[in-house]
Amino acid sequence: MKTEVIKRHISDSLKSLRRNGWMSVAAVSAVTVTLLLVGIFMAILFNGNRISQQVENDVQVRVYVDRNVNQKKKDKLRKELKDLSSVTKVTYRSKSTELNTIVSGYGSQWKMFKGDENPLNDVFIVETKSPSATMRIAKKAAKLDNVSDASYGGRTARKLFKYVDGVRNWGLGFTVLLLFLAVFLISNTIRITILSRREEIGVMRLVGATNSYIRWPFLLEGAWTGLLGSIIPMVFVDIAYKVAYNAMNISEASNGFSLYPVMPFLVWIDLLLAVIGIVIGAIGSVVSMRRFLKI
Amino acid sequence: MISIKDVTKTYDNGVPGIKGITLDIDQGEFVYVIGPSGAGKSTFIKMLYHQLTPTTGNIVFNNFDYSTMKPSEVPYLRREMGIVFQDFKLLPRLTIFENVAYAMQVIEKTDAEIKPRVLDVLRQVGLETKVRRFPSELSGGEQQRVAIARAIVNKPKVLIADEPTGNLDPDTSDEIMDIIEKINDQDTTIIMATHNRDVVNSRQHRVIEIAGGNIVRDEKKGAYGVED
Ligand SMILES: Nc1ncnc2c1ncn2[C@@H]1O[C@H](COP(=O)(O)OP(=O)(O)OP(=O)(O)O)[C@@H](O)[C@H]1O
Ligand SMILES: [Mg+2]
Repeated sequence: MKTEVIKRHISDSLKSLRRNGWMSVAAVSAVTVTLLLVGIFMAILFNGNRISQQVENDVQVRVYVDRNVNQKKKDKLRKELKDLSSVTKVTYRSKSTELNTIVSGYGSQWKMFKGDENPLNDVFIVETKSPSATMRIAKKAAKLDNVSDASYGGRTARKLFKYVDGVRNWGLGFTVLLLFLAVFLISNTIRITILSRREEIGVMRLVGATNSYIRWPFLLEGAWTGLLGSIIPMVFVDIAYKVAYNAMNISEASNGFSLYPVMPFLVWIDLLLAVIGIVIGAIGSVVSMRRFLKI
Repeated sequence: MISIKDVTKTYDNGVPGIKGITLDIDQGEFVYVIGPSGAGKSTFIKMLYHQLTPTTGNIVFNNFDYSTMKPSEVPYLRREMGIVFQDFKLLPRLTIFENVAYAMQVIEKTDAEIKPRVLDVLRQVGLETKVRRFPSELSGGEQQRVAIARAIVNKPKVLIADEPTGNLDPDTSDEIMDIIEKINDQDTTIIMATHNRDVVNSRQHRVIEIAGGNIVRDEKKGAYGVED
């Protein structure tokens, strides 16, 4: 297609977007609400999957030693841990090392707990042969002498996933419903455009315009509607994700799980939102054209 | 150029529009299609530009065989034809220039090609001074001239007209006929359905008379009625 023809289609489609006024606003708003939810769900879903994978690959068990246990008993405990089946490695981290990690992650206000004020426990980091062994090892370790607690990666995360699953299913259903609503509103707007341009279309036909030529402005109008509707969701998701990421990042040091880094992730999410917007816009216009242009 | 063979058209409600027509039209011919109201003239014309498809029989126009043509080819058929109606069918929101240019825009011509050609055809129909007006600011005759300019702007091989003088007074009709005959002089075929007895009698060309969906007369240089 010649660039001049493309320009003609683009200006045609923008004109009718403006001419449809409130109908366009309604259609754009429907896309906005839909994509807002789609954006939020995508961010949660992708990161949920990432974290559950991190959990699944986690082979560490943290064994917390009782307070005020002497070195001899600690050495004995280390040996007992080492002797458990499918344990590959045991590393010791004193409570002051643990505190230093926290200070570097959360900030210097934690420094006041230095020395005898340190509320943390000494820890043995036990590495297992496979992620599936972590739960069993943790249970066994907890029963050993001088152990106050033993935790394995994602004990809480796994509980959380049950809720995430529910959110995902309901969210998906709701999103699909909203997608339909958006398509319906867009197709109604395009229908009004088509009706108001019926005589023009008749003349186009008479003088030999092809169906694809006739369709382009309507398709573009739908695409603009979708694209405009994706702007607010993009901005919202960008801001919300940065806030959530910074909040999660602080606790990363202690639990070892992390969200997707802001930078490439938000570019992909924004791109996806724009593409989904354009696609539902195009579907909306195709739906209304099928009925009116006898394609 | 156009070959029509055993064509019938029965409308969906069972009304027979055309009962059986066989006929050939050569390049450069001027053909009147006459007959009483309801005879089937418009039905015939609409089949020529593929607005209606024959119920039986076939039409062949140059390389276009209507019975085997795909819907996607219809636009290319229409580009070889100019079509003019009694009610002009101009777009009220566009100026005279834009109305004519539109016919070139939709077949994807560039502005550089469009401007000189549009001004040229508007000169041919004598409207070069009114290019910026809107259709509502023109007389009926002038509007019909715009419609003719639009019909010929893409240099069609045939001009098809359904009662082009139907809404016009005798003097204005005469001016329109002058233009149409001039177009015919440039070897464009003319097929024109009309009720206008004076026009047919004063500018004699081939006459095809339809009555009740059948051809009842086909005469070179004929007149409107046998009684004349
Ligand atoms: N869309 C339609 N559906 C059903 N019947 C139709 C339709 N259009 C025309 N007819 C019928 O077909 C017959 C031929 O109509 P047509 O319009 O071809 O006549 P015409 O010769 O053009 O008449 P006029 O001189 O009044 O324009 C008429 O009986 C008419 O009632
Ligand atoms: Mg008629």
